[in-house]
Amino acid sequence: MIHSLFLINASGDIFLEKHWKSVVSRSVCDYFFEAQERATEPENVPPVIPTPHHYLISVLRHRIYFVAVIQSEVPPLFVIEFLHRVVDTFQDYFGVCTEAAIKDNVVVVYELLEEMLDNGFPLATESNILKELIKPPTILRTMVNTITGSTNVGEQLPTGQLSVVPWRRTGVKYTNNEAYFDVVEEIDAIIDKSGSTITAEIQGVIDACVKLTGMPDLTLSFMNPRLLDDVSFHPCVRFKRWEAERILSFIPPDGNFRLLSYHVSSQNLVAIPVYIKHNITFREGSSQGRFDLTLGPKQTMGKAVESVLVSSQLPRGVLNANLNPTQGTYTFDPVTKAGRTPAEVGSRSAGSDAPPARLAHTAREVERLKVNRLDMYGEKYKPFKGIKYMTKAGKFQRDDLVCITGVSTLTYETVTLEPSSIITFTSAGPN
Amino acid sequence: MKADAACLFILWKDGSKSNGRGQKAITASTTPVTENRQFGSKMTDSKYFTTTKKGEIFELKAELNSDKKEKKKEAVKKVIASMTVGKDVSALFPDVVNCMQTDNLELKKLVYLYLMNYAKSQPDMAIMAVNTFVKDCEDPNPLIRALAVRTMGCIRVDKITEYLCEPLRKCLKDEDPYVRKTAAVCVAKLHDINAQLVEDQGFLDTLKDLISDSNPMVVANAVAALSEIAESHPNSNLLDLNPQTINKLLTALNECTEWGQIFILDCLANYTPRDDRESQSICERVTPRLSHANSAVVLSAVKVLMKFMEMLPKDLDYYGTLLKKLAPPLVTLLSAEPELQYVALRNINLIVQRRPEILKHEMKVFFVKYNDPIYVKLEKLDIMIRLASQANIAQVLAELKEYATEVDVDFVRKAVRAIGRCAIKVEQSAERCVSTLLDLIQTKVNYVVQEAIVVIKDIFRKYPNKYESVIATLCENLDSLDEPEARAAMIWIVGEYAERIDNADELLESFLEGFHDESTQVQLQLLTAIVKLFLKKPTETQELVQQVLSLATQDSDNPDLRDRGYIYWRLLSTDPVAAKEVVLAEKPLISEETDLIEPTLLEELICHIGTLASVYHKPPSAFVEGSRGVQHKRLPGSTGSGESVESPDTGSAAGVSEAPPAVIPSQGDLLGDLLNLDLTPTTTGPPPPPASSGMQLGAMDLLGGGLDSLMGDESEPLGGDLGGGPAIGTGFGAPPATMPASFNVPVSGGLDDLFDLGGGVGMAMGAFNPPKTVWLPAMKAKGLEISGTFVRRAGVIQMEMTLTNKAMSVMTDFAIQFNRNSFGLAPAGPLQVLSPLSPNQSIEAVLPLSTVGPVMKMEPLNNLQVAVKNNIDVFYFSCQYPISMLFAEDGKMDRQVFLATWKDIPNDNESQFQIKDCHLNSDAASNKLQGSNIFTIAKRTVEGQDMLYQSMKLTNGIWVLAELRVQAGNPNYTISLKCRAPEVSQCVFQNYETVLKN
Repeated sequence: MIHSLFLINASGDIFLEKHWKSVVSRSVCDYFFEAQERATEPENVPPVIPTPHHYLISVLRHRIYFVAVIQSEVPPLFVIEFLHRVVDTFQDYFGVCTEAAIKDNVVVVYELLEEMLDNGFPLATESNILKELIKPPTILRTMVNTITGSTNVGEQLPTGQLSVVPWRRTGVKYTNNEAYFDVVEEIDAIIDKSGSTITAEIQGVIDACVKLTGMPDLTLSFMNPRLLDDVSFHPCVRFKRWEAERILSFIPPDGNFRLLSYHVSSQNLVAIPVYIKHNITFREGSSQGRFDLTLGPKQTMGKAVESVLVSSQLPRGVLNANLNPTQGTYTFDPVTKAGRTPAEVGSRSAGSDAPPARLAHTAREVERLKVNRLDMYGEKYKPFKGIKYMTKAGKFQRDDLVCITGVSTLTYETVTLEPSSIITFTSAGPN
Repeated sequence: MKADAACLFILWKDGSKSNGRGQKAITASTTPVTENRQFGSKMTDSKYFTTTKKGEIFELKAELNSDKKEKKKEAVKKVIASMTVGKDVSALFPDVVNCMQTDNLELKKLVYLYLMNYAKSQPDMAIMAVNTFVKDCEDPNPLIRALAVRTMGCIRVDKITEYLCEPLRKCLKDEDPYVRKTAAVCVAKLHDINAQLVEDQGFLDTLKDLISDSNPMVVANAVAALSEIAESHPNSNLLDLNPQTINKLLTALNECTEWGQIFILDCLANYTPRDDRESQSICERVTPRLSHANSAVVLSAVKVLMKFMEMLPKDLDYYGTLLKKLAPPLVTLLSAEPELQYVALRNINLIVQRRPEILKHEMKVFFVKYNDPIYVKLEKLDIMIRLASQANIAQVLAELKEYATEVDVDFVRKAVRAIGRCAIKVEQSAERCVSTLLDLIQTKVNYVVQEAIVVIKDIFRKYPNKYESVIATLCENLDSLDEPEARAAMIWIVGEYAERIDNADELLESFLEGFHDESTQVQLQLLTAIVKLFLKKPTETQELVQQVLSLATQDSDNPDLRDRGYIYWRLLSTDPVAAKEVVLAEKPLISEETDLIEPTLLEELICHIGTLASVYHKPPSAFVEGSRGVQHKRLPGSTGSGESVESPDTGSAAGVSEAPPAVIPSQGDLLGDLLNLDLTPTTTGPPPPPASSGMQLGAMDLLGGGLDSLMGDESEPLGGDLGGGPAIGTGFGAPPATMPASFNVPVSGGLDDLFDLGGGVGMAMGAFNPPKTVWLPAMKAKGLEISGTFVRRAGVIQMEMTLTNKAMSVMTDFAIQFNRNSFGLAPAGPLQVLSPLSPNQSIEAVLPLSTVGPVMKMEPLNNLQVAVKNNIDVFYFSCQYPISMLFAEDGKMDRQVFLATWKDIPNDNESQFQIKDCHLNSDAASNKLQGSNIFTIAKRTVEGQDMLYQSMKLTNGIWVLAELRVQAGNPNYTISLKCRAPEVSQCVFQNYETVLKN
């Protein structure tokens, strides 16, 4: 099982370590540092690194590496999942998961880690149990603690650990009983040179915020449950009922949680509402080039596409860009250019490099998941129910990107794309 | 100062990032170190680490013993705070432990933390805490009981652990599931500290009982604890799975936490269902786990399903349903965090090799996104090629071409290589692939060009004489090649197509200039290419070939290069026509997928989906520490090619067929022996004589002669005319002189002749030769399987072997060596495996044996430990030979001598055996035995019972005398053996039995 945990920041310092069994010398991290030095980008550090006596399994989140040390055959996914859970918990507790936040709350961090694993076995990873055990720090509580000397440790042992619904604590009370569900869908697509979609998929989640008194038992039914053929549920969902009746039946955890996530991959279902064309040329022997980008809506049946955002990664050699957008605004960010070794680029910067474009939009022609009704059993009061639908910025990727040599980004923003409007950005290049 | 709840193992360091990193020795749990200068804000935890005043220990002591609860608590907090900054507060041990008996939970926790920290350094004092633990374990509050038992396990002090057995035993049987579940983990902790104690106390059995617990969390934790313990006890059979326990596990699976589900699924995967119905019912109950939000649960469920699916009949409806259900969760794993994706992809790689049908329509999800980390990109590429087929090749190629213009060098290289692999895999796409590669070569990006040339070489090997038009383009880039692999590939191409390249000799000559600076790979390739060129264009390239041969044989330190040089030299000098046949022989086409995992390994890895083994694509035994003797898992009921062919049971008690082919553990002494021995690969033959100048001249002449023959009419048999001076002819042409003539046994047809000759020497029946058995399974020898047997033919002991290559790569350079053994058996000549062994090819090899090798008594007596070497590795196995191999042909004793000897040997040395169920009459038996050099000297019949007196002589001069009693109508024979060395009796008896029953 999980032996130890090291937290390493972007500059390669171990700033926290925790051992659940015997102590593993931090020199074990040297292997990690070697891998880190080899990697061109921080995110390229391989997640599983073997060393002579241990295995290092790491995740990178919020620019912090969480490196777990294991000694025996342990499913790596188990470790990675657990590490992500640790990060989620920190974020939940401290609002952000940064080096500073962790250092500021080091006592709580240790208490949490101690409660989450026992001898390497997961003990309490549910947020509501943890919050009973160790109260999240708030400004007020910190003040009070400083003055009175009381602590964050809960005086009571968590009752949830004994229950058959470990994700929900007993004795929850609210004056306003509310249940909100956000259906959030995200489209990821790769589009080829000619603008046709190579692949497109929808990643959807239902995030819930449930603040209900007592032990409510909820059922949620959908208008079009057939969309959900590839779906992952929160453990609270009764799977048998879903299999049989296509109804989600569950006793919800208290507070925020992800009820389910789903994946729609069929290409036919997803249509991209905009098209984009671009061209970039460099003049031989000149330090200038020309960049054109045309953006327009398609098949929107008269509806406007809102908040279109295009970001292009320009070749590394580009120092600045002056664009004349016909609509909207643009920004050029030269900062993110850093990070590639120049040797690989030199030989090809003369080629016809074209940037990728990332698009975000909020319109779609796709049938989306619709909730039919929500019912509550087991409690007498009438809750307030709310359901919100959102389509978030997906990752659209133009695939004709001859090369992504640099990562300086150009961002264009336009408020609305009317069905008839075509926007072009033309650089003031020599051509 | 206000102390907060303890933060025990606090350490960090703000040291300089390059120098100080990791060098500082840390002893975290005993003396935590921290530096408080990072803490600027007063509101943060930094306040606990401010330095305390001197002499405070006394103050604290007083406070700890105070009557007021609040004061006590404050004092403990201060103690903990001091502890975390690395102060030694162990002197307060008794006082702190006194505070343990409190109903204040926070205080209790703090004291426990203190205990965990100091127990190891103060074991004597820690015993004082035992009473409190015992008491807490009986607290009415289950949470206190659980906390006590949990902390107990964290005190890694041997002395204390034994006192904790009783409370732990109680807790394991506690009425509250929360306590039982915590206690289960505690057993694993205790086992880590003192394994013997846990076994002696019977905790393992209690833990096994917990698998049947009514509470799913308890079951899950018991399984987890048992799995962890089982890892250090590979053969303990701790997790004894039967249908009842499986049922319990499946029930618990639905209700326990996500982590518990992982443990249970991993445990289920070790079970082998009895039949396909049980297999199906388990699959049905596991399938819902595929929809779990935790990807580790999903992958563990995939493992169980992949394994149990093997048992389902393919025509079953459910089988198809299951295949369909497996795809979506695997695709979903790819939308998770990159680290999860990586592990998932490594496993998907295995799954698509085993069952490509699952994901064959999901090619697009493996398309690379530009913001994927490089390790994900590389894995996706691999899977794309595995899934490439005629249906989707156009799309794949378009993608690959894009990738080849990316910026990351590793990724680009792999993409170019992938294009080549597509060409080899999907024949219809070969042309497009080649033109894509040509486009890429036009970019002139150095590493792209080099990589493209390497893969084009492979394409030539797959589709010879099809795409030679591109050679001109390749040659243009000759100068830019600086990597050995690319240079070697280019040289190979030039050599292979020398006749179509006008200036091939110039090209190769240009490489020759810096011959000694090249890497071995290039040198070897250059040597071969020039020889090819010479055979194709003998007139212009004579000088060149002599130059390269002398460079390779005289000026090189590399034995491989020298050997190859000598072989070419000799070939060219003795028989250029043969040389042409050998060097320019039609090459086998390369196989479609050269990078597939061997089937046996793949099967094992499928059983380990989701583990480190599956990430590294190595069997778990290969790398996980402490997993010695890990059981090799096999897929159930599979009839795949990986299954080793079981030899038919000979039904005899003889050692050869009974004893499983045990692979000899690499013992130090054996290895030492082997190291001293000369494992000469047979392909290279005996080391060449030092090239004297005279010989060299002769060789030149020979080449001249060869040249004539090459240029002459090839239809004429010229071989006889070849050769310069006779002296040189023998020098080069004679068979290897090191092999004694007596052992020069013909390998093939000649054997029968020998038999006929020997037939006159009273061989009424042929000797019994046991059938071949598998000595070395492919799984233990990286794909090399050896089955074999021993025979004695015309007085020569031979080891007949079938070598089968079940790996994906060609095997060469075979050699064999024996460990010292009871009768001094040793190879009398090198192992004759002349041609390289291609994948899936078998070769028969006959190894003559002598009995003059070093002697060491083995157990059993006829045990033989063998080491076989090939180009991949050295493998060890042991086999048993029938002792009749050692019975000499002159084993017939004179009657008088027999009588005298029989009397002479003390009766203590006589052993009697029964041979059951033998239906031969005494004459037939006598004949049969004579075939194995067991000679009947006299026969006597007493009251219907035939007494046969027999003698045999072992190669080492030991005589064995036998009396065989055969009663008509009674299938059971009685045999009495007398020998001065009674150890052999058992073996001889077994041999009798084997011979008589076959």
